[in-house]
Amino acid sequence: MNLPDDNSVETLARVDSLSVTYLPDSDQPVRALDHASLEIRPGELVGILGESGSGKSTLAAALLRLLPTDARYDSGTIRFRDRDLLSLSESALRRIRGAEIALIPQDPALALNPVIRVGDQIAEVLRAHVHMTRRDRRTRVEELLAEVGFDQPRQIYTAYPHQLSGGQRQRVVIAQAVACRPQLVIADEATSKLDASLQAEIIALMREISQRHRMAFIVISHDPTVLAGFVDRIAVMYAGRIVEEGRTEDIFRRPLHPYTQALVRLSARYLTNAGSRTRFAAIDGEPPNLTSPGIGCPFAPRCPERMQVCTDRELEETTPQLSQRVSCFKYGN
Amino acid sequence: METDANGMKAPVQPVLRVSGLSKSYRRKGAVWQRTDDVIVAASEVEFEIFAGQTLALVGSSGSGKSTVARCVIRLEKPDAGKIWLEGTDISQLDSRELRSLQPKMQMVFQDAATSMNPRFTAAEVIEEPMRIQRQGDKSARRTRAKELMQEVGLSPQWADRYALDFSGGQRQRLAIARALALKPKLLVLDEALSGLDLSTEAQIANLLVDLQAAHSLAYLLISHDLALVTRIADTIAVMAHGKIVEQGPAAQVIASAGHPETRTLIVSTRAAQANLFALGAAL
Repeated sequence: MNLPDDNSVETLARVDSLSVTYLPDSDQPVRALDHASLEIRPGELVGILGESGSGKSTLAAALLRLLPTDARYDSGTIRFRDRDLLSLSESALRRIRGAEIALIPQDPALALNPVIRVGDQIAEVLRAHVHMTRRDRRTRVEELLAEVGFDQPRQIYTAYPHQLSGGQRQRVVIAQAVACRPQLVIADEATSKLDASLQAEIIALMREISQRHRMAFIVISHDPTVLAGFVDRIAVMYAGRIVEEGRTEDIFRRPLHPYTQALVRLSARYLTNAGSRTRFAAIDGEPPNLTSPGIGCPFAPRCPERMQVCTDRELEETTPQLSQRVSCFKYGN
Repeated sequence: METDANGMKAPVQPVLRVSGLSKSYRRKGAVWQRTDDVIVAASEVEFEIFAGQTLALVGSSGSGKSTVARCVIRLEKPDAGKIWLEGTDISQLDSRELRSLQPKMQMVFQDAATSMNPRFTAAEVIEEPMRIQRQGDKSARRTRAKELMQEVGLSPQWADRYALDFSGGQRQRLAIARALALKPKLLVLDEALSGLDLSTEAQIANLLVDLQAAHSLAYLLISHDLALVTRIADTIAVMAHGKIVEQGPAAQVIASAGHPETRTLIVSTRAAQANLFALGAAL
């Protein structure tokens, strides 16, 4: 845990009741984010857990103001330190991206330019944001490469992406993201293409960097096990909404929302029942169609504890436990 | 593998038997090199799968498991070894000879979207193998396609929707329906459960378990996810550097873990779960 308890009122970034709609040319509008609120404190590790289409990547892209051109911000605000990100100009945003808020993308093979040496690609980020000589930059990049775990940063500097393994490329992309010491790093499924042991190494590295430089991380994942050993807090998303949020151990020990409960159960992959061919406790059905959101709880059609009220009334968030909020009629409303 | 769960004598002839299967690839050396690099992707691979049974081929990436799958389904011709499908050696057949055997074995890939013609509707996707094999007339094929949609949990009312308008999980169901269209004996599932959301993955795993019971299908399940296959496989074969280094009943392989590669896979699986244990997750 590295919750900043000394100054817990301090906020680094705050998303307040943000709604985003995609308006594709040839199709119906899609409500990708529906009144999502999230607060990130300096140095904090926050996880966003959700399945495909839940809005987690839209939330991440919104924080970088990198939503595609067919997206519309319907309502809400995004504050980063003392600035309102939704009202900043493109040139002001460009000074923030990479320098103050950085992104670690899912696929390093796509993020890196195949014909430029990886060291130069890290140097490029520094050149854009930090005033320093060419030689200092080179030294700095080698330090960064050492920091992300390369024994021979000089050799790695001159390597091309294809000469590195998947795990090594991910380390390069991390070095690139943290080069300017941003206060907030967004890791969008940054380990989901790696196998289990590599995943653990990369997570340990990101935790270490976060602690050393008091960098806040937003870690986006569809896999609860990734978040379990990584973040301090988890926000669970479903159908464009944050349906539950709380401290990591509370989310796993006492999940409140039936959806979170089902996800936690599914993520427990013990090597038991070998060869038993036992069925998995799956969640039946599919996430709702976001082109025509109905009234009430979006999880209701799949919920084992559905009540009459769930589709009759609009949901409101409650806080049945200290520091754990949930949108579910089971807990008042 | 002499008896099944009910203590009944299993059929003597396996649906699939692979013996001495080897395959290497040649990587062209650079112009200044005199020789090409030879990569041994599979070496002396042996296993068999009976009707209604699942063999999981597990291993880290590059271990050769997909090469074995591609040889079995004969997308590749093995360099050596035999592949018996219901008693017929298919290892050296040419593509014309293979055509008559193809209905017996079908493959489901990881990324269903790239294995489908984007201009096809759901029904057309399922009908395609029947059309190629000239089975039934147009209306019979449509009827069968709708039955199959129902069976894999897709509404037959969606028959005329484009395949690409379906969600990831629904597309994987569609791929399974297509694979079942010719009533195969063997399904080769190459990472067919990878890259799906947790809830979808569980649904598809359940579907595969149900379909196997209903049709006595034999599954060759290729996966890097030991924890997932452990529950649904009868036999686990662990691959490393092109060889099967350990093979046996699922429970036994997990319990004894005789080979270092098996232990590595188990340790990394447990490590990923350890955090959940540590948090005392509510299960």
